Amino acid sequence: MNIHTQPQRTPAETALIDAFGDRLSLLPGDGAVMLKRDDAIEAIKHGLPTRRIESWHYTDLRRLLSVVPDFDPTAMAKVFAPIVEGSAVLPVLNGKSDVKVPVLDGVTVQSLSEKLVDGSIAPGLDPYGSDDAIGALNTAFVADGYFVDIADGTELEKPIELQNVQAGGQTHVRLAVRVGAGAKAVIVERQAGDGAALVSSVSQLVLGEGAEVTWLIVQEQPETATHLAQFKAHIGKNAKLTLFVMNAGGKLVRQEVMVKTTGEGADFKLRGINLLAGDTHGDVTMVLDHAVPHTTSTEVIRNVVTGKARGVFQGRINVHQYAQKTNAKMACNTLLLSDDGEFSTKPELEIFADDVVCGHGATVTEIDHDHLFYLMARGVDEKSARGLLVKAFVAEVIEELDDETIVEALEARLDEWFVTHG
Amino acid sequence: MLEIKNLHARIVDDGTEIIRGLNLTVKAGEVAAIMGPNGSGKSTLSYILAGREDYEVTEGDILYNGQSILEMDPAERATSGIFLAFQYPMEIPGVATMEFLKVAMNEQRKARGEEPLKIPEFLKRVKEAAASLSMDMAMLKRPLNVGFSGGEKKRAEILQMKLLEPKLCVLDETDSGLDIDALKIVSDGVNALRAPDRAFLVITHYQRLLEHIVPDSVHVLYKGQVIKSGDKSLALDLEANGYAGVIGEAA
Repeated sequence: MNIHTQPQRTPAETALIDAFGDRLSLLPGDGAVMLKRDDAIEAIKHGLPTRRIESWHYTDLRRLLSVVPDFDPTAMAKVFAPIVEGSAVLPVLNGKSDVKVPVLDGVTVQSLSEKLVDGSIAPGLDPYGSDDAIGALNTAFVADGYFVDIADGTELEKPIELQNVQAGGQTHVRLAVRVGAGAKAVIVERQAGDGAALVSSVSQLVLGEGAEVTWLIVQEQPETATHLAQFKAHIGKNAKLTLFVMNAGGKLVRQEVMVKTTGEGADFKLRGINLLAGDTHGDVTMVLDHAVPHTTSTEVIRNVVTGKARGVFQGRINVHQYAQKTNAKMACNTLLLSDDGEFSTKPELEIFADDVVCGHGATVTEIDHDHLFYLMARGVDEKSARGLLVKAFVAEVIEELDDETIVEALEARLDEWFVTHG
Repeated sequence: MLEIKNLHARIVDDGTEIIRGLNLTVKAGEVAAIMGPNGSGKSTLSYILAGREDYEVTEGDILYNGQSILEMDPAERATSGIFLAFQYPMEIPGVATMEFLKVAMNEQRKARGEEPLKIPEFLKRVKEAAASLSMDMAMLKRPLNVGFSGGEKKRAEILQMKLLEPKLCVLDETDSGLDIDALKIVSDGVNALRAPDRAFLVITHYQRLLEHIVPDSVHVLYKGQVIKSGDKSLALDLEANGYAGVIGEAA
């Protein structure tokens, strides 16, 4: 006999539900938005996902999210210098956008709170499937962020850097970007701060026909922060999106990537590096839908795991029935540097079309002893030689980006991580 | 400079004894050739000198300038002046060649108590060394040895040897995979480094290399021992008559 009982709420679940009650009067939104918020908190009331939920199997959020900090409206967050000099910086400090943002030709910027108040963002607040805990958390609490519109044909010379800087407490931010037909842009999404925080951040990107975007997520939260993030994109006809994810921080991190090709000729590249050290947990989960014929994608993820860190990559590629001539390739390579570290990787291909090329591969290795010997035989001490080899393993993915300024900027972030964790 | 005394060594993994009581002395300024049939232990000897962990010394000693090197790791041996030019140099994706050269050169300088090289001086040295080996600088912009042909890899080894200025140079079949022109370039590179305070251990199958790098002594290695030593005429004798005669004498 089975007896179904609602499991007792965890302190984290209770804290979130209580916080919603406390915050409700402060949350911006028209009727439609507020209804979405109600639905979202209902989902959270049913409990955070556990390992029994397939998409959360390797990241048992209910168990791992042990503490939820209170909101801290007095916390002060400071803008960082952008990773690429001369970028237009759009900061969100402790969850609040800055209205004095720089204006660029062809670029319209609005604070997300305006879009919540007028309700125009409401359709985008719907959850992604039934197990969308990050979407629900964000929809319930999101108060601000940016809506950026890049007009058709605009070619930005310098990147736009969206900075989400936390200073402790909770921040729930949404960054929505529309890139018009034929427009070209580099967008940096910087996630950082110095507090014991719970951050939810959802980015939404729509690429018009023939648009080309390189989007870099640089996540450098402190080892006291929980970072739950989502990146959702629709890639239109002949549009190209390169998404680069660099996870180099955080205590508990989940970066979800949901991408859909919506027009023929669309191309998606995902490149990711996960640097995992200490007692941390990092998860990158991708769901890619090849929804129309003649679209292409490649995904390359490189992971470095040391200490007691645990990493996850789930990569799911759905090729829809009519999406003939899809070409998709996925690879996940992990360098495991300690006996206590672990990495779980789960590639999934679900293919309903019959004329496609799809492949995936995963490797887990240690440092190559022949390589180590070679470097040491040239006088490089063991520690430095290991450092060179580990850096080389991930730098290969960065160097593929082909834009000298961006490569240098990311390698600088990489060096920074090695200085702290080398 | 180098004294190998009754050396016994085996493969760590399976315990196979490869070196079985090897004795060899090489003086400063000397070029010693090591010849021998396949499987005699030539490459193993080079790896043991460089400190590869896959081999374990079970008996005997290796003295370098009078000091045992058995307890030193490969990096310590390298910074003390021992250099191994690999038979099969490894391709290391992601490690930029120039960055690697800079790190390696500065490790040598650090060991000698010198300041790191300034970038212009570093570039000047690399350019000069590359030119002397007819190497294109564009090659050095690639990751270490990646996509290099067999001959290019050997030149890159000699380039490193020039730049690191070691005192004991071990060349493991540096001639293999080289055409005549490349052999000449590589040999000239080695000959230019000959000096009264520097010794070479040249491991080869063939007399051919020794026409270009003329040795002071020739040693025949067989079943992990030096079974015969002589001057350069021994190499000619081996070329003409094969190893059988020498092996027969020793047995």
